Amino acid sequence: MAAITLEAVGKTYAGGVKAVHSIDLAIQDGEFVVLVGPSGCGKSTLLRMVAGLESVTEGKISIGDRMVNEVEPAERDIAMVFQNYALYPHMTVRQNLAYGLKNRKMAKAEISRRVDEAAQILEIGAFLDRKPRALSGGQRQRVAMGRAIVREPAAFLFDEPLSNLDAKLRVQMRGEIKQLQARLGTTSIYVTHDQLEAMTLAHRLVVLNGGQIEQVGTPLEVYRKPASTFVAAFIGSPAMNLLNAKAEGGVAHVGGGRVPLAAAVTGPVTLGLRPEDVRPADAGTEGAFVLKIAYVEELGAQKLVHGTVEGQNFACALPSDAALGQALHLVPEPGAAHGFDAQTGKRLG
Amino acid sequence: MKRIFFRNKILPYLLIAPQMVVTIIFFLWPAGEAVLQSFQREDAFGLHTTWVGLANYRALFQDPDYIHSLQVTVVFTIGVTAVALIVALLLALAVDRTIKAGPAYTTLLVWPYAVAPAVVGVLWWFLFNPTIGLMPYLLSLVGYHWNHALKGDDAMILVIISAAWPQVSYNFLFFVAGLQSIPGSMREAAAIDGAGPVKRFFTITLPLLSPTTFFLVVVNFVYAMFATFPVIDATTQGGPAGATNILVFKVYQDGFVGLNLGSSAAQSVVLLAIVIALTVIQFRFIERRVEY
Repeated sequence: MAAITLEAVGKTYAGGVKAVHSIDLAIQDGEFVVLVGPSGCGKSTLLRMVAGLESVTEGKISIGDRMVNEVEPAERDIAMVFQNYALYPHMTVRQNLAYGLKNRKMAKAEISRRVDEAAQILEIGAFLDRKPRALSGGQRQRVAMGRAIVREPAAFLFDEPLSNLDAKLRVQMRGEIKQLQARLGTTSIYVTHDQLEAMTLAHRLVVLNGGQIEQVGTPLEVYRKPASTFVAAFIGSPAMNLLNAKAEGGVAHVGGGRVPLAAAVTGPVTLGLRPEDVRPADAGTEGAFVLKIAYVEELGAQKLVHGTVEGQNFACALPSDAALGQALHLVPEPGAAHGFDAQTGKRLG
Repeated sequence: MKRIFFRNKILPYLLIAPQMVVTIIFFLWPAGEAVLQSFQREDAFGLHTTWVGLANYRALFQDPDYIHSLQVTVVFTIGVTAVALIVALLLALAVDRTIKAGPAYTTLLVWPYAVAPAVVGVLWWFLFNPTIGLMPYLLSLVGYHWNHALKGDDAMILVIISAAWPQVSYNFLFFVAGLQSIPGSMREAAAIDGAGPVKRFFTITLPLLSPTTFFLVVVNFVYAMFATFPVIDATTQGGPAGATNILVFKVYQDGFVGLNLGSSAAQSVVLLAIVIALTVIQFRFIERRVEY
């Protein structure tokens, strides 16, 4: 177990393409950090640099007290779970788990003790003598994690490990990974493009965009105080509504309504409102703005109403029994409105 | 399985007819004739034919020349297969590691396969010609006097190289495809698991290539036993003193040069049986061992 420190880490490919720009990140011992962002944001590259599968072109990566830039993957004391599991198809599950230990010339008794222990934790004892091809997707996933935990490494690296599973299994395995990490207390870095996975698993989220960090924080911090319009739109489902508005003395004017912001700004502003942070109001209510309804999605517990405010797309989540006409008057929950700079997209206040 | 139904009952037979005609005229008929002739004795002019039962076969296995030819064939076949597979695998590994210009190398390395077998033979014959060849000159610099016209071992090395060379291209293509179908993450996982490049090759890459390798072993065996006649004919003609007289060349020598048709036919039937047996054994082995 160890802390992982990234200092001004960057990656420039041979062709001059910059995949990762100067990342600073301190991951504490035992922490579960999730790197999240859209495809091409550099999250996998960053993880592979920590693993030693990609060279580090700028900055320093340290695991524990040791700078590992030039250290071979095998010597970094890390274990990685791959998206396609990368199980060795010609070896049984037992051989798959033992391979990394054997290569390190560990005693046979110790290998079998660790394999049995991992098998017990992951409930794969019954398949130890099967080949990966005879396992289901979920079982393969467990074997891949087993191969990581038998090593008892300083850190686990997960590269989108759940994206090859079906939706139901994904939710189940997500829970299992969370419990496993809590139980073992091993420092973990987890890469995903799924914001829900990121929210549910992380102690701390790192939102990446275009090879740069947009925001670092606990899931709730990031959800409640997104640092930019990018984070605001990326974290949370359904996504936060972003409206171009005009502000005067800290109040945004849009759709005939007035929405108070946290910062005393004047001029053009991007107003952010989560679909669940507005409630219907009577026509003529102080500050209410108008949503022209386009269509409705029934989700069971609630309904999602899509439409436009001043011609800009807007969605709101209402109780499933809410009555609807052609238009809705909406008021935001107190303090729920987010203001962002109209030019830079950075959070205001 | 996709099944196609024809409304016309005759059309499907018409469609496969050309291929069937070729197969029957050029393969099944001569093969049948060979089997028939192997039980007969015929004079050199084809005027008298006598039924002799298994006499041709019995004579064959008592003939020291034939036993020698069998031994030569074993050495030759194993030599060609080993050289062609190992060289091809090394080249494929090199290309697999090359990020840039991989396709260009691949194209160049596949070229020898397009060279006519007789030309291949002549080419190597010139290269190794004791009087005018480049290789004997280079070898003489390190004190070795190459002469495949006199030394049996030299002749064997020459025919193995000549026969293996075009086959390297063929094997190389399959190995490249096989290597590219191994996911990169497999190698990365092994690297993280503490396996160095050599260990990775023997514990991960080679086992995952085994289906390709076994297929190529079968193909190369059959090639070396059956399809190497032009190479022998153009280089050593079985010599010196029968040192490179492999079964397929002896069939030709005894039948078409010596006009001992009965014995030649029996030899070709034995050769056919050997190849069929080897192929069956290897496919059994593949089914049991290679799957994963």
